[in-house]
Amino acid sequence: MSFALGFMNIALVISFVVVILAQIMSMIRLVIGPGTGDRILALDTMVVNAIALVVLLGVAQGTRIYFEVSLIIAMLGFVSTVAYARFVLRGDIIE
Amino acid sequence: MILEFIAIIIVALCLLIGSIFSLVGVIGLLKFEDSMTRLHAPTKVGTIGVGAFLLASMVYSSVYGGGWSIQELLIMSFLFVTAPISANFIAKVNMHKRACETPPPPVNDETWATYKVPEDNLPEPDTKSA
Repeated sequence: MSFALGFMNIALVISFVVVILAQIMSMIRLVIGPGTGDRILALDTMVVNAIALVVLLGVAQGTRIYFEVSLIIAMLGFVSTVAYARFVLRGDIIE
Repeated sequence: MILEFIAIIIVALCLLIGSIFSLVGVIGLLKFEDSMTRLHAPTKVGTIGVGAFLLASMVYSSVYGGGWSIQELLIMSFLFVTAPISANFIAKVNMHKRACETPPPPVNDETWATYKVPEDNLPEPDTKSA
């Protein structure tokens, strides 16, 4: 049992490090561009990685109170991606 | 006891699978050269990466959080439903900004909707009903 718990803790640390690395790498893509679509895509990936971080925090602390947080981040991330794309496409968000 | 052992091992494996797919997707986002191929890579992060993390969270809370929780399925289904829509919008932005090659012409129309420019002899816009 302690072997399993140790394995899970190591996996948890590895996934925290990997998701933070992924966040930093998509931030690099956000900075270097080169196009508007790439920047929107990088922001979308950062939102997904933020959801992953919140879920991992919930697993690490053993609580369930973070699900609402990740659900709201998911909804707002989708809406903001669509808003960016529509602003580029139409020059306006709500016509 | 043995069930808890199996559940914890499943949690650890799901975490590792999710982190591998997150890393692969973001490396693809950094390394690919074209805007449209870059659009392809981070879908792995959105589906299998976060999906495996949420599966790990479900199994973990079924052991330690007191029963199965359904909220993760809600997040997962929301992400799976909205990922193609935002990908479609970003692809349209790439086409609109001429960040990719021009796709072959559509079958039924003369051009794609994002390439279509308004004609010169359009009627005057109605400024009163703005």
